Amino acid sequence: MIIEGKQKIWADYQKEIPDDHYFYVRSCIRQSFFPASEVVFLDITRNKLGKDFFENPYHTTCGGIAYHSDAIPQETAMTIIARQFALMHESGYENYVCSCITSFGCYTETLETWREFPELEAKIRQFLWDSCRKELVKPKYLAHASDIIYKFRNEIAAKAMFRLVEAKTGRPLRVVEHIGCHYAKMFPSKGVGGAEYPYVLAGMIEAWGGEVIDYPERRQCCGFGFRQYFVQANRGYSLSNTYKKFESMEPYKPDFIITNCPGCPYFLDRWQYVVAEQTGKTYGENGFGIPVLTYEEVAGLVFGYNPWDLGLQLHQVAVEPLLDKMGIPYDPAMKYKGVNGKELGTPAAPQNIRFK
Amino acid sequence: MLDDMNKVVIKGGGAAGLRAASRLKRNGIDTVVIERESTLGGHLAQWDRLFPDGQKAKDVLDRLLSDINGVEVMTNHTITEIQRENDIFKIKLDDNTVIQADAVLDTTGFDIFKAEKKQEYGYGIYDRVITNAELESFFKTGSDRRIDNPKKIGFVHCVGSRDIKVGNTYCSKVCCATALKQACEMREAFPESEVYTFYMDLRMFGKGYEDLYLKAQQDYGVKCVRGRVSEVAEAKDGRLVIKAEDTLLGKPLKMTLDLLVLMCGMERKDGFIATKNGFVEQNITDEKGIFVAGTAIQPMTLPETIANADAAVLDIVEFLKRRK
Amino acid sequence: MNFGFSISPSSHIMMDDVSRKRFDALKKTEPDIAICMSCGSCTATCTAGANAEVSLRRMILMLQRGKDDEALAMASRCLLCGKCYLVCPRGINTRHVLLSISKCLGHDEDI
Repeated sequence: MIIEGKQKIWADYQKEIPDDHYFYVRSCIRQSFFPASEVVFLDITRNKLGKDFFENPYHTTCGGIAYHSDAIPQETAMTIIARQFALMHESGYENYVCSCITSFGCYTETLETWREFPELEAKIRQFLWDSCRKELVKPKYLAHASDIIYKFRNEIAAKAMFRLVEAKTGRPLRVVEHIGCHYAKMFPSKGVGGAEYPYVLAGMIEAWGGEVIDYPERRQCCGFGFRQYFVQANRGYSLSNTYKKFESMEPYKPDFIITNCPGCPYFLDRWQYVVAEQTGKTYGENGFGIPVLTYEEVAGLVFGYNPWDLGLQLHQVAVEPLLDKMGIPYDPAMKYKGVNGKELGTPAAPQNIRFK
Repeated sequence: MLDDMNKVVIKGGGAAGLRAASRLKRNGIDTVVIERESTLGGHLAQWDRLFPDGQKAKDVLDRLLSDINGVEVMTNHTITEIQRENDIFKIKLDDNTVIQADAVLDTTGFDIFKAEKKQEYGYGIYDRVITNAELESFFKTGSDRRIDNPKKIGFVHCVGSRDIKVGNTYCSKVCCATALKQACEMREAFPESEVYTFYMDLRMFGKGYEDLYLKAQQDYGVKCVRGRVSEVAEAKDGRLVIKAEDTLLGKPLKMTLDLLVLMCGMERKDGFIATKNGFVEQNITDEKGIFVAGTAIQPMTLPETIANADAAVLDIVEFLKRRK
Repeated sequence: MNFGFSISPSSHIMMDDVSRKRFDALKKTEPDIAICMSCGSCTATCTAGANAEVSLRRMILMLQRGKDDEALAMASRCLLCGKCYLVCPRGINTRHVLLSISKCLGHDEDI
């Protein structure tokens, strides 16, 4: 591996990310998959980095989940997006930041489609007016939330309580970075670092002390795929993709995986349990899996948030081996306690993958 | 008949420029070759052997050079400006020399496609991905630290050619035959190796090229896979994992290689030079008195380049005659 | 545990796992198999191929991709009529190749 070659590509794909004043929109599924990620993102950016992030309570799904499942036509999805943009403008913002990669893909695709086909934009503008009496004003900047954390990765590193290193030995943690397909595969220039060698997460890992793993199936999809996952008969394809990735990354002994998509961390996490139950195989050390984290969760750990406040107890793969490596203190007794000590219930133990 | 004339400036001392210079000289025309590099020969000087039959590039170049004995050559010079005053060109060089000429022949040739533009192949990132030109230089010098007794070798055709995404829609014409020539040479250099070429079409159109294809299969055991490599990654041991489709079986294919050679095509930074008519005025540009020959027009093989330079000389001679 | 779905085998041909031993042995008897250029003439004219899947060019490819069993199954459907020999532009002795495939792969496991 010639790192200078990658650095050259990274330098070519540096997209402009605004400094402050963002309109933030959430993902429809991340709050149940990774309940603290978005909250932590807002807490970090607002309270630790002092940035202005505005959320409009009337914002909705981007429609991507229905669009990609063939439930709504593209015009409907675009009208939903147009309404989101209108809300941004009404709120006095022009920098649009979304939490979800599917959304980011839909927004990018929509803006590019409107650029190529202005008549379609005019049509959607009319749809929006007819249905909502709202005026479409397009954002000046579109960013994914991971772009923001990437932009401020060095500020975060400067304030870090923990680094991505093994506390005992000082060894940099080996980290697999997995990028959601719709971050840059459709429009490489819209992603930090492009599509073949994305830098958005690699930059965070480097800044926070870890070591990036490049393994043969790095560029492959996690296999989520709305059509593959929603239909049980197709779910094996989703599982098989994840399995292929784990087989490929296994020799590198990753300490954890960092992701920037709603679906990827969910499936890379959950499918490890299914693979273990079906084949008996686990990919972490001592019968554990490889912890899979969102970039907000990783930023949260680096900042010193309590792991259970980050929602890490809701992962399928136990995160304790990672916390131990990083030297992050945690109270095992509090793992399945929610806010105000409320009992969350303890999950049943899987047969083939350790969870404690 | 051409006594009191005339001067022709040839821009570029590669195969086309050298050939044209020797032919102009034979026609008694005062010629000067301007070459930006310190030596003549262009890409030909960088090559070891030529397809289809492995003739030494040096032998061809030596012949071209011996044919221009007596022609004025200015190496390490670039033309900064060409001014026209009536029918005379004033050609200014980077050292402020001005040469007056009656005609200019552009033989500035091609650039080799920059392999790093095809990011999926990882050139400049993965150590064992090299270009056709680099392999040729290995054949010449016998040393390249990346070529360490490779057991499995792959060649990717059409890198930067027939590729709308990089802006090159055309076929570079020389890469198919070069790939098979180099594949055979690798089998010769490393008899234990397995050599695969990944092609979209094998365009073996020239004299002896189809025989080269047959020889590669029959005598050298080169394995031609119809399908373009679409992804290259590095395995833990530094070897390369490639993905392609065997389109003739309709199945995706994955394999680990010790070395991958990218058959980079031809391109020009500002595009190939347009001529008046692709059939009957192949060397004449819209600018009166400015002619063009060789791969500055379009990708050409070496025999085509030489024939094309000859044709340009005929056009120039006629042009100068008519002006009398 | 039954999830109602499971890991599907990869459809990739894993060339690293393909043993070329049998193909190379066959090539010793039938050097011609190396020169097929997959033009498809044999398949187009195949008598048996009109009713069943038979294609000599595919068989030759399958043997190089570790799909010996599929190639053998195909070879068993050949009627040895010789039409493919007539049309092969590279003059491959196709009938002989077919017989050698059956002989090398069908009857001698230890080649």
